[in-house]
Amino acid sequence: MTAIFAATILLLAAFGYLLGRGRALALGGRATAGFRLHSRPQYHGIFVAVWAALPALIVVVLWAILEPSLLRSLISDRLPAELASIPAEQMQVLLGDIRALALGQPISRPTTDAMRAIASEYSGMRTTGLLVVAGVAAALALGGLHLSRRSVAPHFRARNKVEMLITALMIVAASIAILTTIGIILSLLFETYRFFTMVPFLSFLFGLEWSPQIAIRADQVGSSGSFGAIPLIAGTMLISAIAMAVAIPVGLMSAVYLAEYANSRVRNVVKPLLEILAGIPTVVYGFFAALTMAPFIRDTGGLIGLDVASESALAAGLVMGIMIIPFVSSLSDDVINAVPQSMRDGSYALGATKSETVKRVILPAALPGIVGAVLLAVSRAIGETMIVVMAAGLAANLTINPLEAVTTVTVQIATLLVGDQEFDSPKTLAAFALGLALFTITLCLNVIALRVVRKYREQYD
Amino acid sequence: MTDIAQIDFRPRAISVVLASDEGQRRIQRRYAAERRFRLYGIGAIGLAIAFLVLMLGTVLSNGMTAFWQTHVRLDITFDKELLDPDGKGDRATLEQADYAALIRAALGREFPDVSGRSDRRDLFELVSGGATFELRRMLLDDPSLLGRTVPVWLTSSDEVDMLIKGVFDRTEPEAARKIKDKQIKWVDALAAKGAVERQFHTTFFTAGDSREPEQAGIWGGFVGSVYTLGLTLLLCLPIGVLAAVYLEEFAPKNRWTDLIEVNINNLAAVPSIVFGLLGLAVFLGFFGLPRSAPLVGGMVLALIVLPTIIIAGRAALKAVPPSIREAALGVGASRQQAVWHHVLPLAMPGVMTGSIIGMAHALGETAPLLMIGMVAFVVDIPTGPTSPATVLPVQVFMWADSPERAFVEKTSAAIIVLLVLLGLMNAAAIYLRKKFERRW
Repeated sequence: MTAIFAATILLLAAFGYLLGRGRALALGGRATAGFRLHSRPQYHGIFVAVWAALPALIVVVLWAILEPSLLRSLISDRLPAELASIPAEQMQVLLGDIRALALGQPISRPTTDAMRAIASEYSGMRTTGLLVVAGVAAALALGGLHLSRRSVAPHFRARNKVEMLITALMIVAASIAILTTIGIILSLLFETYRFFTMVPFLSFLFGLEWSPQIAIRADQVGSSGSFGAIPLIAGTMLISAIAMAVAIPVGLMSAVYLAEYANSRVRNVVKPLLEILAGIPTVVYGFFAALTMAPFIRDTGGLIGLDVASESALAAGLVMGIMIIPFVSSLSDDVINAVPQSMRDGSYALGATKSETVKRVILPAALPGIVGAVLLAVSRAIGETMIVVMAAGLAANLTINPLEAVTTVTVQIATLLVGDQEFDSPKTLAAFALGLALFTITLCLNVIALRVVRKYREQYD
Repeated sequence: MTDIAQIDFRPRAISVVLASDEGQRRIQRRYAAERRFRLYGIGAIGLAIAFLVLMLGTVLSNGMTAFWQTHVRLDITFDKELLDPDGKGDRATLEQADYAALIRAALGREFPDVSGRSDRRDLFELVSGGATFELRRMLLDDPSLLGRTVPVWLTSSDEVDMLIKGVFDRTEPEAARKIKDKQIKWVDALAAKGAVERQFHTTFFTAGDSREPEQAGIWGGFVGSVYTLGLTLLLCLPIGVLAAVYLEEFAPKNRWTDLIEVNINNLAAVPSIVFGLLGLAVFLGFFGLPRSAPLVGGMVLALIVLPTIIIAGRAALKAVPPSIREAALGVGASRQQAVWHHVLPLAMPGVMTGSIIGMAHALGETAPLLMIGMVAFVVDIPTGPTSPATVLPVQVFMWADSPERAFVEKTSAAIIVLLVLLGLMNAAAIYLRKKFERRW
């Protein structure tokens, strides 16, 4: 159905374009000196096409969005008594089934005569609505076509009108970034608010116990479920700390070497290799961590008499550190290269060796930028999901021992939301509360990092 | 002349200090520190590259074998009595016939001394559960096979495959491995006759997901990825280009545009799983779009890639020199005509490069797609943007979770395919950059 609508509207638009352009061309052809078209014929064509298509399109899209809820409220008033008497929470399912029945889709419950009757009424209403919408859209399209065609005239500023429309489109496109942010914040806040109506705020923020499984029967053990976020945040911090312990020294040293020591031939080989490391999907790192790194660390620990969990924080953290190396190194490379050559030359002139120059002059000068890079890297480590989902544990463990299994915020979000879910249990809503915490932490880190980097840049420009 | 003597004196003092034992030692120390520092740098780079090699090596060595699958040759008799008892020979009868019985009969002829229910069942487990479909397809393609006996290469089960590939250790006690002693004996007997062979495994490239490793393929995930990424590109390329053009060429400097800029930079650093939560709450929860659909996946990925494309697009537009704009304006073009007809075409290679890199990023993205249900077990090849689907990296994730040993090599092979695709995309981006790069 939508395909037919879209094709019709597109055809109308194409027709309008040809009509407008043809009329403008005819006018231009008749034009004698001093009577020229203001805009080129294409603009007249686009103008007519837009007027033919846009209003009709808006009506159709609005209908497509509003139709289900509109029809649903209409039909729920007309339900026969035997169907209307069911409890409110089953009503939604029933209405959904009626819609499915009317659309000819399979439904899970046995159909009764009453349901069939109401479904046929539903599909009747739907057809009426569709006809009305089609009629309105057609009227709008033809009216728009007619009116806009009449306005094609030598002095008509069609180009300015079309450019105004394009400007409006560009502003909408640029605002999508803001809409996305608003969407993220609103959806997280809304679901988090619902979560906090079921679980007290303080016990989430300061609770030391995380076991989101809620038993089906009230008399089972652990029937309440507990939602203390501290073990998750501690686990996230532990794994991120291990990752940074790998990524900062290795990333920074390779950046220093590439910027200060390596000749261009080495740089041309090593930089693409590091970029490959950055381009590998995180699910591959996760597979590597789970298949190779974790057993290796467990066996090595076993050799020297340590008891290492098979999903140790160390394995996930190490692999995450490797993933972040290219990130740290490319950002540090940029800030090291931004240090003016005159500072290096000054240091060499005083007799300093290269390493002394790096340690005493370049790194201090580049420090704000490096701090910014490290903060960005930390925010990425905190938000990284696949490696920890595949290689870290599921049980919340409040520990700082890297050989034990810990779980992280992102692991819990992923495990709580994968699989069938309903939107009213604290278990799924907890994921949104965790998501809000994650979003807030990474946003703060990013804002601080961008500030630091920007402030630093102004020093040497 | 006393002045000159004083000037002469100072260099000599330095050289005296340098020549002393103490001075020499200090220089040695500083040079040693210099060498150490240099070694740290080389070590850091070496470590990073070693990890890269180790990771790729692990994946390659685990995954290359998955492209070849063990097959078993059996003399299959397409028994008329069994397949077509009424003698009609029509398609419907042949489609529903019992092909497993053919395999059982062929195995029975091969090993006549095997008796007893459980032994026969173990024997039958040598071939894949999908072998019956292979036989059915053969017969439907060529009905003249009916009533004849022909040697047929059938896909073996994953346990036999693992045994032949040397993954299962024969010396282990029977209870510790997935394949029984007698099954090993039968396989060896078949191998001695040359009836066991590794053949190129086309199923891996043509099938959807399956619980059985030897029947599982990546085509379903690949098609899902194509739908998802196609939609992502369709959404985020026009929006990204429009936004980049507006911000770089037309936007007035005010609070609103500043806000948009800060927003784009921050969105680029938001963890991707948060976008998954957005998709779950808004696209699935609020708009009621279907779960597991490439439609929603494409929309979520478009939001993730959008900042990348906008930032790359702005950089490309900025690189076009102002003289182009001024020349266009000078001959009477409007500002929009100057941009759409002259500046943007010149910036297009940069925009495309950025888009391809963004798309490559989206191809590897997994976490947000888990949130919107694209992690479902989907056997059928998706047929459209709203049919349930999964994508390549999620397929990797799901196989990595499967307990069967044979899925380790399938996972690695899927990763190889994924990496090859990513490599091709990045190569295309580099080619575009090299070919159209212009220095003004």
